[in-house]
Amino acid sequence: MIAELGQFVLVLALVTALFQSTIPLIGAHQNNTAMMRFAGNAAFVQFAALTIAFICLTIGYVTSDFSILNVVNNSHSLKPMLYKVSGVWGNHEGSLLLWVWILALFGFAVAAFGRNLPGSLKARVLGIQGLIGVGFLMFVLFTSNPFERIDPAPLDGNGLNPLLQDPGLAFHPPFLYLGYVGLSVTFSFAVAALLEGRVDPAWARWVRPWTLAAWAFLTVGLALGSWWAYYELGWGGWWFWDPVENAAFMPWLAATALLHSAIVVEKRDALKNWTILLAIIAFSLSLLGTFLVRSGVLNSVHAFASDPARGVFILMFLIFVIGGSLLLYGIRAPAMKGGGLFAPISREGALVFNNLLLSTATATVLLGTLYPIFLDAFTGAKVSVGPPFFNSTFLPLAIPLVIAMAIGAFLPWKRGDLRGVLSRLKFALIAVLAIIGVTWWIVDDGPIMSFVGMGLFAWLFTGAFLEWAGRIKLFQAPTGAFKRMINLPRSAHGMTLAHMGVALVILGITASESWQSERLGIMTPGETVTVGGYEFLFKGAEAVAGPNYEALRGSFIASKNGGKGIEMWPEQRVYTDPPMETTEAAIRPMLTADLYVVIGDADGAGGFATRIYHKPFISWIWLGSFVMFLGGGLSLSDRRLRVGAPRIKQSADRPKQAALQGQS
Amino acid sequence: MTRKRQRLYFVIAGLCALGVAAVLVLTAFEDSLVFFHSPSDLAEKPVPAGRTFRLGGLVEEGSVEKNGVIVSFRVTDMATSVPVTFKGLLPDLFREGQGVVTEGSLDEDGMFVASNVLAKHDENYMPPEVAESLKKSGHWQPEGAK
Repeated sequence: MIAELGQFVLVLALVTALFQSTIPLIGAHQNNTAMMRFAGNAAFVQFAALTIAFICLTIGYVTSDFSILNVVNNSHSLKPMLYKVSGVWGNHEGSLLLWVWILALFGFAVAAFGRNLPGSLKARVLGIQGLIGVGFLMFVLFTSNPFERIDPAPLDGNGLNPLLQDPGLAFHPPFLYLGYVGLSVTFSFAVAALLEGRVDPAWARWVRPWTLAAWAFLTVGLALGSWWAYYELGWGGWWFWDPVENAAFMPWLAATALLHSAIVVEKRDALKNWTILLAIIAFSLSLLGTFLVRSGVLNSVHAFASDPARGVFILMFLIFVIGGSLLLYGIRAPAMKGGGLFAPISREGALVFNNLLLSTATATVLLGTLYPIFLDAFTGAKVSVGPPFFNSTFLPLAIPLVIAMAIGAFLPWKRGDLRGVLSRLKFALIAVLAIIGVTWWIVDDGPIMSFVGMGLFAWLFTGAFLEWAGRIKLFQAPTGAFKRMINLPRSAHGMTLAHMGVALVILGITASESWQSERLGIMTPGETVTVGGYEFLFKGAEAVAGPNYEALRGSFIASKNGGKGIEMWPEQRVYTDPPMETTEAAIRPMLTADLYVVIGDADGAGGFATRIYHKPFISWIWLGSFVMFLGGGLSLSDRRLRVGAPRIKQSADRPKQAALQGQS
Repeated sequence: MTRKRQRLYFVIAGLCALGVAAVLVLTAFEDSLVFFHSPSDLAEKPVPAGRTFRLGGLVEEGSVEKNGVIVSFRVTDMATSVPVTFKGLLPDLFREGQGVVTEGSLDEDGMFVASNVLAKHDENYMPPEVAESLKKSGHWQPEGAK
């Protein structure tokens, strides 16, 4: 029954989406209010139908209903409950259902929060949103039906890939999808604006919260994914420039650029065409990511199934969406006139610089990701483009970007004084020299890039702090600083936090890449080795049994200078359903360094292969990402950005804001 | 500053960014493209020692020898095979008779020194490059190599 109900509501959602993508668009064209109003209702029905479908599949998983093929293939009655639930999206069909559900959720959110949107704009946004829904619902129903039955029903399921049975990964896809699909809203706004033929600061103000939300979710999704790779795969790395990672990283880069260019549209009425194009590109990259990951073009843990029919369908959809929107852009964009002029050295200039570097970086990552696929298709040669390529193209672009980040925040709109800004940043420069000196004193060695990285961390962190302190006059007039801090718009606090988060991520990457210690070797019980200043005592290894696996568990005690011992238990697990081995590294995260221990096979003579790492400051990669997310969230809670905030009020206090920005 | 001049600045800035990107990409491609070869490819067209590439095939039955943390084995496509050494912990699903992709370079004696043995994610996964090279040498079994 559950499966039939799920199937029925999926079809209902498709039919609703078909109406949602036609009637409101026609209504907006003919200026028919009733037809435009229909969009909101359709968005609600579509969302309700897909919510029911999602609940149906979840019930199928929770009750282990093995008459549903999808449950058989990806679940098992002995699996812990959390992974029964996360198993719903831990497979191709279910993850697409999650995709369309989130799409409908965003459509519903636009309808619910966008009460003060102009009728025709709202109808068009929801119409485009419906059109995307049609494409994906057809894909789900015709190629990847999660509710397909199996007869006779087997006694038990095949289980979920043990690598995916992990709390970090249970939440990685939903966050990533909230980001991916969140960009669909900005895309719909961009296409709707092209249809309307009008882009103004109000438009940017409506778009920005959605971009900000998508960006914040993408940040968390990426951080969770790399965190999972770090502790679950047992290789000690956290980012591999794998095509699948790039597929999620490119939309993030584009969303970051969009976030910044939308500010220029909002405040200065400039860069409109570019912002529209960027919104189209950002969502196109999300779709491309979905295509790369879901089509089986790439082989990885994410490619659940490689079915050519699916790849062809997504590719056609991709061509339709990207081609169609770019065509519309080509026809409509030239008619849009740019607004305010500005000097190269100005807030706008800095944001243009940011956009140039971010989009160039996106392009190089895109090239590196797609090149092997094209080369294979045209010449049959198999190549891989690995970390060296991305490091030597991405880093030279990232370094000037980070340097400019600290400066740009100080620059006023229209025209700035670079010398004045640099003199206000002199403390940041002192911090850079200080941290390089201290680092040199502690480690007295390391590649030149590690000192560049530490310098960039100090520069950006101090720069962001000084800008914030300058706004509230922390040093000039400390008595009123607290009150000014309270009155400072939340989006200003958000920017400071997000930029500091980036600085912390740079610290984590630089320190862990430059000064990691590692020891690989056979250890016998009772042996002690020293890695990164810690002594690791290997006590022995024993066989243990888990709920659905058996494991070899090593026991280690790590201590520093005879201090309190830290017990660590790395495991090597053999799962039964499906039969598979996994490495469970023992990790002790600390603020200054992570200890990371992996145990391997017995050598037959009483010893075990072991690998021990000491990774300085690596936790800051994820802590920094979380700070970035907090910055995004804080900025989102700014009442000026709130989607429902009245328009008149906004335009009334705009000059005031401009003055506020200008004096900082 | 006129609108025209501003547009000119945009165009110049965009072209500069493109130029920088092109230079970066071309120089990076020169020394970081990693080609994939099967053992038969190597026999036909030898790769100079020290050049990094990926070698893929099946782990030859009975060839795995462990000496501490140094593992040596042979990678075969059932027509030719190449000796490989690797220092490190092997990925979870490394088995004799299973598909494998290794990254590294040949030393002077024709031994492939792997810096990386690529992990596989599940029991039945066969790296596509390996599947293709097995098809070429006529030893492909669609259910995976068992």
